[in-house]
Amino acid sequence: MSFVFLIFLPLLAALFVPLLFKKVGKIHTGWFVLIVPVVLFSYYVSLLPTTIHGGNLVSEFQWIPSLDIAFIAYIDGLSLLFTLLITGIGALVVLYSIFYLDKHREQLHNFYVYLLMFMTAMLGIVQSDHLITLYLFWELTSISSFLLIGYWYTRDRSRFGALKSMMITVFGGLMMLGGFVLLSIMGGTYSIRELIPQATELVSHDFFLWALVLVLFGAFTKSAQFPFYIWLPDAMEAPTPVSAYLHSATMVKAGLYLVARLTPIFAISGTWMWLVTGVGLFTMFWGSFFALKQKDLKGILAFSTVSQLGLIMSLLGASAAGYHIDNIAETTFKYAGFAAIFHLINHAVFKGSLFMIAGIVDHETGTRDIRKLGGLMSLMPISFTVAVIGAFSMAGLPPFGGFLSKEMFLTAMLSLTEFDLFSMDVWGILFPVVAWLGSVFTFIYSFYFVFHTFAGEHKPDELPKPAHEAPIGMLVSPVFLALLVVVIFFIPNLIGDWLVKPAVLAMQPFLYDSPEEIKIHVEAWHGFKLEFFMTLGIFAIGFLMFWTLRKWQKSYDLFPDAISLNALYDNMMFLSDTGANRFSRIYMTGFIRSYLVYMFSFVVFIVLGTLFLTDAFVIDFTNLAPIGFYEVVILIALVGSTFTILFSKSRLTGIIALGAVGYSIALFFVIFRAPDLALTQLVIETISVALFLLAFYHLPQISRKEERMRFRFGNALVAIGVGVTVTLVALSSLSQKAMPSISEFYKETVYKEAGGGNIVNVILVDYRGFDTLFEIAVLGIAGIGIITMIKLRLTKKEDQHENK
Amino acid sequence: MEIIMSVAIGFLFMAAVYLMLSKSLIRIIIGTGLLSHGAHLLLLTMGGLGGNSPPVVSHGVSVSDYADPLPQALILTAIVISFAVTSFFLVLAYRSYQELGTDNMNLLRGTEDYE
Repeated sequence: MSFVFLIFLPLLAALFVPLLFKKVGKIHTGWFVLIVPVVLFSYYVSLLPTTIHGGNLVSEFQWIPSLDIAFIAYIDGLSLLFTLLITGIGALVVLYSIFYLDKHREQLHNFYVYLLMFMTAMLGIVQSDHLITLYLFWELTSISSFLLIGYWYTRDRSRFGALKSMMITVFGGLMMLGGFVLLSIMGGTYSIRELIPQATELVSHDFFLWALVLVLFGAFTKSAQFPFYIWLPDAMEAPTPVSAYLHSATMVKAGLYLVARLTPIFAISGTWMWLVTGVGLFTMFWGSFFALKQKDLKGILAFSTVSQLGLIMSLLGASAAGYHIDNIAETTFKYAGFAAIFHLINHAVFKGSLFMIAGIVDHETGTRDIRKLGGLMSLMPISFTVAVIGAFSMAGLPPFGGFLSKEMFLTAMLSLTEFDLFSMDVWGILFPVVAWLGSVFTFIYSFYFVFHTFAGEHKPDELPKPAHEAPIGMLVSPVFLALLVVVIFFIPNLIGDWLVKPAVLAMQPFLYDSPEEIKIHVEAWHGFKLEFFMTLGIFAIGFLMFWTLRKWQKSYDLFPDAISLNALYDNMMFLSDTGANRFSRIYMTGFIRSYLVYMFSFVVFIVLGTLFLTDAFVIDFTNLAPIGFYEVVILIALVGSTFTILFSKSRLTGIIALGAVGYSIALFFVIFRAPDLALTQLVIETISVALFLLAFYHLPQISRKEERMRFRFGNALVAIGVGVTVTLVALSSLSQKAMPSISEFYKETVYKEAGGGNIVNVILVDYRGFDTLFEIAVLGIAGIGIITMIKLRLTKKEDQHENK
Repeated sequence: MEIIMSVAIGFLFMAAVYLMLSKSLIRIIIGTGLLSHGAHLLLLTMGGLGGNSPPVVSHGVSVSDYADPLPQALILTAIVISFAVTSFFLVLAYRSYQELGTDNMNLLRGTEDYE
C-alpha cells in the first residue's frame, strides 16, 4: 500500500475542519478531528510486526522529478516508533482538548487546522527518507508551532513567544538545510538510506565537519538545547494541549529524531560524540537547575523538558561510542542507545500526563502560579495521583518507567569514563558527575512540582475560582498515560523488544543485523553496583534539598536578568530592528534627488567598470558617414536650445527651447533618411509643446534661488558622468559589431514574406507586432492614469472635519 | 559624423540628468523629455548613420544602400511611449501642484511619521 499518502491525511482532514465548525456547531469539532489520529494509529500499529524483526517498508511518490525531489516514506523501527508517538499522543491530546477548549468561546477551527497541519508535518519528518522533503516538513512544524503558540493572538506574551520560537527554530532549520545540501554534495544523493553506506568515505571529506555542525544547529534549536532552549519556556503561552503535544512529546523530539537518524553517518567523528554528549549533558544540568527558579507550573515543566531532552541527547551522543568499540554486545557501551530510545518513550508518556495535569490545575483554579497553589490534594484526588505518578517517574523512582531508564542513563554515563578515544579517558569523569548533579535537581523539581501544588496549605482566597476536580473527560487522557507509566515498569522488555530494539537497529545498523542481536535485558534490580549507590545518593540528597528548598530558592534571584540568554535574544531583536531602521534611514532620505543620484551614479559606475574590465572601449574611424553642412547647422541649433533650457529662468523659454530640440531632432531624422520618424516626431512634438503650454499655464515659475551651490555642483558632476558614459557607449557600440544585424534579414525578406515596401512599417506591424501591441497598451494605461488623476480628489472636506 | 553625434548625445544626456536632479518639478519633466530625445538619437547613431536611401523598397536600389530600418522601428515605438509618459508626468505635476500647492520636490517627501 502506498502509505506515503497517509502523511497528508491530517492535512486533507484539516480542509473540512472550518466547515464542520461552522455547520455542525452543536458537536465539538474535536470529536471529528479525533478520528484522524485514531485511524492513523491503528493503521501504523499494524506495521509493527514488520519492524520488530528489523524489516522496513518504503513507499514513494514523485514530486518534482526533474529536480530529483520525491516524497519517500521509509518506515523502520525508528520512524515507526516516532509515528506511533505522534499519532498515539496526538489522539490523547485531541481528546483532552475537547474538554479543555470551550466550543463556544474558542476559535476551534483555527486550532484544529493548525494541529492537523502539525501532525502532517511531524509524520513527514519522521518518515521522510529524502533530505529536502524532510527539511520541508521540518519548517512546516516551525510554522504550525508558531501558529499554535500564537493561538490566543490578542495576548502580547503569545505573540512574543510565537515569534521567538519561530526565529530560533527557523534559524536552526536554515543552518540544517545548508548541512543537508553539503551532505548531498558529498554523497551525490538526497536519500538518507543511500548516504549511510557511504559513511566511511564521507568522514574524510572536506565538507564533513561543516555538514555535521550545521545539521546539529538544526537539531539543537528544535530540541531546545543550550543555548537555544530559551524559546521553549516562552512557548508555554500556547494552550496546554499544545504544550503537551508539541512542546514536550513530539515536536521538540524532532531534533532527537534527526540526531538518531543521522547517527550512522556522523558517529564515526569524535566531534559528533563530544558535541552531542557534551551539549546534551550540560543542557540537562542547566534545565534542571533553573527549573527550580520557576514560579509558573508550565514554566517548571518547560525547563524540565529542556533538561530531559538534554538527557536523551547526551545518551544519543554516547551511543556513538559503539562505533569505536569491538564486540559492543559484550560491553556496557551498548546501553546508551537503548537507554536513549527507552527514555524517549518514558518521557513522552510521563511528561504528557504532567502537562495535562498542569492544564487541569490551570483550568479548575484559574492560576498556574505555584505560590498561590497548594493543598489541592483532597480537592483533586485523581489529578494528584496522576501528578505523583508522572513526577515520580520523572524523578526516577520505582515502580515507574522512568526509574528503569534513569538507571540505564547512569550506566551509560559511567561507561564513558572507560572509553579511551577522543581524550574521553581524561575528561570522561565529568560526564557521570554532571549527570548525577542533573539528576539530583531533577528529583527536586519533580517533588517541587507535585508537593507545592497539591500538598501544603490550601489558599482559597488567592485562587481566582474555587478549586474542584476536573470533569471526567479531561481526566481520561492523563489517567491513561499515568497507567502506561506504571505498565512500562512491569513490562519493560516487551516494550524493549517491540519498540526500542528495532529503533536502536536503525541507529546502529553497522553493529547489528537484527533487533534480536541486541542483548539487553532490562531489570529493575541489578545488584549493588555503582549505579545503585548513585541512585540512592540522588534520593537522599534530593530529598534533603527539597526539604530545605524554601531556604535556598531565593538565591536564584541573585542571577542577574541583564546578562541572561533571554536578554541577549531581546537585545539582538531590538538591535536588528532599530539598527536596520536606522541604517535604511541613512540612504532612504525621501528626496527624489538622492534616489536619482544613486541610480545615475550606479549606471556610470557599472557601465564604465564593465567597459574597462572587458576592454570594450574601441573607436573605429573607418566606415563613418561624412560630415555635411546641414547636419552641423542643426547640431548647433540643438546644442544652443539645450543650453537655453539649462539657463532659462522663465518656463515659457524652457518649453519653447525644448520644442526647438524636438524639431531639430525631427530634422536629423530627415537627413538620416528616416521619413517615418521625422513625420511622427513633428506631430508628437507639436502636440507635446501644446500640452506643455497648457499645463504650465497652471504651474509656477521656475525658481532657482533655493538651490544651494554644493547641490548644483554635485548635480553637475553626476550629469557630466552620465554624459561621458553615454558618449563612450555610443562610440564603442558603433565601432564593433559582435554579430551581424538582423536588419539584413528584414531588408531581404520584407517584400517576399510580408508583401510590404516600407520596411519600418512592416517591421512594426508584421515582424514585431507585439511591440506595437504593448505600445498601445502603454498608451492606454497612461490615458487611464491621466483620467484618474484628473477625477481624483484626495482630500474630502467632510473627512478633514471628522479627523479634527 | 557619428563621432560628433555621439558627443552631442552625451551632451543631451548630461543636460537631461542635470535637469532631473533639480528640485523643481517642471525642470524634472523637461529633463525626462530631453532624455528621451537623447535616447532616440543614441539608437539611431548606434546602428550607423550610413545608407543613401530611406528604408522603403524601390527598384534599382541594392539592399546595402537602405538605411538601417531596425533602429527606426524601435525609435518609432519609443517616440510614442515617451509622449505617453511625458503627458502622464505633466498631468501628475499639474494635479499635485493643485492639491499640494508646491512643485518643490524637497517638500514632497511624504509624512515624517511613516514607518
